[in-house]
Amino acid sequence: MTHAERRQWDVVVIGAGGAGLRAAIEAREQGLRTAVICKSLFGKAHTVMAEGGIAASMGNVNEGDNWQVHFRDTMRGGKFLNQWRMAELHAREAPDRVWELETWGALFDRTKDGRISQRNFGGHEYPRLAHVGDRTGLELIRTLQQKVVSLQQEDFRETGDYEARIKVFQECTVTRIVKDGERVAGVFCYERESGRFFVVEAPSVVLATGGIGKSFQVTSNSWEYTGDGHALALLAGASLINMEFVQFHPTGMVWPPSVKGILVTESVRGDGGVLRNSEGRRFMFDYVPDVFKEKYAETEEEADGWYEDPDRHRRPPELLPRDEVARAINAEVKAGRGSPHGGVFLDVSTRMSAETIKRRLPSMHHQFRELADVDITAEPMEVGPTCHYVMGGVDVDSDTAAAQGVPGLFAAGEVAGGMHGSNRLGGNSLSDLLVFGRRAGLHAAEYARACGDDRPVVRDAEVDAAAAEALRPFGTGAEQAPQTAGGAGSAGPPENPYQLHQELQQSMNDLVGIIRREEEMAAALERLATLRERAQRMAVEGHRQFNPGWHLALDLRNMLLVSECVARAALNRTESRGGHTRDDFPDMDREWRRANLVCTLADAAEDVRSGRIALRRREMPPIRSDLLELFEKEELIKYLTDEELTTK
Amino acid sequence: MSTAADSGTRAGAKDGPEGEDAGGAKVNPAPESGGERYDAHFRVWRGDAEGGGLRDFTVEVNEGEVVLDIIHRLQATQAPDLAVRWNCKAGKCGSCSAEINGRPRLMCMTRMSVFDRAETITVTPLRAFPVVRDLVTDVGFNYTKAREVPSFIPPQGLGPGEYRMQQEDVGRSQEFRKCIECFLCQDTCHVVRDHEENKPAFAGPRFLMRVAELDMHPLDAAEESGLDRKTSAQDTHGLGYCNITKCCTEVCPEGIKITDNALIPLKERAADRKYDPLVWLGNKIRRRA
Repeated sequence: MTHAERRQWDVVVIGAGGAGLRAAIEAREQGLRTAVICKSLFGKAHTVMAEGGIAASMGNVNEGDNWQVHFRDTMRGGKFLNQWRMAELHAREAPDRVWELETWGALFDRTKDGRISQRNFGGHEYPRLAHVGDRTGLELIRTLQQKVVSLQQEDFRETGDYEARIKVFQECTVTRIVKDGERVAGVFCYERESGRFFVVEAPSVVLATGGIGKSFQVTSNSWEYTGDGHALALLAGASLINMEFVQFHPTGMVWPPSVKGILVTESVRGDGGVLRNSEGRRFMFDYVPDVFKEKYAETEEEADGWYEDPDRHRRPPELLPRDEVARAINAEVKAGRGSPHGGVFLDVSTRMSAETIKRRLPSMHHQFRELADVDITAEPMEVGPTCHYVMGGVDVDSDTAAAQGVPGLFAAGEVAGGMHGSNRLGGNSLSDLLVFGRRAGLHAAEYARACGDDRPVVRDAEVDAAAAEALRPFGTGAEQAPQTAGGAGSAGPPENPYQLHQELQQSMNDLVGIIRREEEMAAALERLATLRERAQRMAVEGHRQFNPGWHLALDLRNMLLVSECVARAALNRTESRGGHTRDDFPDMDREWRRANLVCTLADAAEDVRSGRIALRRREMPPIRSDLLELFEKEELIKYLTDEELTTK
Repeated sequence: MSTAADSGTRAGAKDGPEGEDAGGAKVNPAPESGGERYDAHFRVWRGDAEGGGLRDFTVEVNEGEVVLDIIHRLQATQAPDLAVRWNCKAGKCGSCSAEINGRPRLMCMTRMSVFDRAETITVTPLRAFPVVRDLVTDVGFNYTKAREVPSFIPPQGLGPGEYRMQQEDVGRSQEFRKCIECFLCQDTCHVVRDHEENKPAFAGPRFLMRVAELDMHPLDAAEESGLDRKTSAQDTHGLGYCNITKCCTEVCPEGIKITDNALIPLKERAADRKYDPLVWLGNKIRRRA
């Protein structure tokens, strides 16, 4: 039997980014003992990289803003594929979640009358993003982290133990959700530092693990983004939706090569930055799609006038939703009008004074100076698309964040699917984390409390199986390999996880990237089958103490599963919409708007080469009529089928 | 089941890919670029709490790379189990702190171009904290200190959405909230760098700055609730140990003027408290009571 220490908590939250910490705070405030498990140190989560701001219709800068306008913008950004109830809850609750942060010590930038300042962003009708320069994510994480500490201080005063009711297990990785029958019973984890296994038993588990970007070569995501929560959910019997929708942020750094993909915040454009090609042309005017024609300026004069007088000018096309801008940049580079290092030019130097740039965009100024020898106050940046965010994720109940079909499992933030439809607006991520993090924590707490003494049980056999799986890369499982790998395929030399990871990233980048074609995606699935086969022969050196090769080998299981979801769903959806662009099906199809593609784990096949993911199509519930009435009929016609329009 | 690996000891090394150079050589090829490549000489500390030493490596470098790129290339090609902590690789998370040629720095923000090509680049773990393995240290000291600083105290009578603050008033604390908690300042501060015995009494620059940040927060209600942050900085968090040598400011990757803008003003305010006759009298009376 495996030696794995067992610990008992009421709610386990996997991930300590914005969603995870907000969920943990809520569960603890509901009076439940809450454990947070995270791969990095406390306070280092990927949320710190969010730059631009938190979208919330507080109306501090333009009084015309309200939740209905925010809801409309969100649905438009997602091309109406959003789970409308999530978009509604998000728009309604975001202001409260932001204001609450102030009572925990957050210090946002201010308006002249002392309220929280709000900035413009792509796809948002009014200035809506609460921000702190261009380091808003850091402020959010630090505020939540400090709130957790303040709750721990409360518990210390009461019990003498800081960790009596909320504890962060930092630098630990969860490899399996353990179940008792249908119900969640706990999680199996290892400490990254020592390699020791442990089990946390709890009736409620909240997934808040973020995204999947590390399956792509050019990405703004950190090493943590290996799709852990997506894979854990699949393996626990939950389903994923919308996995074909991957957001490529239009502006990542393109040079030097070692920083390729690092994010250049959308605030650069929100504050007045413009995109130009090698001919000096502001090319975005050529790429305004029909559905957005009425909303965007047609001339540079009109666009420039908008910054000062938004009521009498239309918005600059640089502020179209991200999917549109990313495709446009891609097309310019392909047409030979790119910058020297394969991007386009993003310029603030001719648009703002050096002082303003340094004040409003300090991290960008610093980042380009330190990493690329570029002074953005004097010359343009070179930028190009980078894999940034996955819209797809765990299929959850909109109100409770409960994963469909797995009692006790919840998901919030990037790992949850539906909220953003086919494309997320900038700024809607941080607000999503807070709104649904809180909801997940609340409902996870209620569920755990309702279990009472009827707590699910973690059985030894489950723990042994999880331990065996985690140890396999050490080669101790060499004898087991033939039985799992289908015959001849299992023969071959041991495989290096770094090599496999690199090949996976290359395949996804080249074959399931920003522009997609049927043959390429089919080829990607072939390559994934081969990688899956080779992954069974992964072998790592050294021992279990802080061994990055071993950690990567375990993360690869998740990346392979998630990549297959993306490729299969993308191959199936024969239209272009949001973060899914088909070269062979370039148009948006109203029939497809009603469909979610749902991924589940397929029954275990004999042959390792056959896919592990089953895909099915599901109808979306019709949008509630009072929400539909927020739109003009002329706009709805672009998205909804005639049938949907007449039955509303 | 039970295996050697299960108990956390060395296992599986002989089954590892080390004999398989052909596979290893393909790993992490140089990114395509017109830039030049060269081989650099690195010395990297390897070991654990029991001990260890510097190991020599010759490793390829490409145009535009940072030290963390080189450490990653070592992992991928020569030392797959080389332990290093990192996250964002963009200078925003503060995870990849180490000492490069003896100077505390973020590996992701240290360009290779700042070194002479012939120079040997030495990378060692943060000296002020106990080594876990290779370049990874136990930074638990900082989390302990973070808990000792009383949190923000919200003002009575102001609900969410009712906070009003001027930009120039929040600006001071905002500078300190730029901190990415890389702990380079904690590592370099001579009060604790070679003086383990000072650690219990000294919060270090990062957390003294946190006290200053809260003290300068326009709406923090500490005083109303009977907490004097200035005095506690002196009495509880060891502000007196700091003799403003500005080492912390020098290593801060965010360019925060820790000494000038946080520590010195905090010292002045603490001193004002101490020598303010009214405060002195009040304390006397309270003590007698």
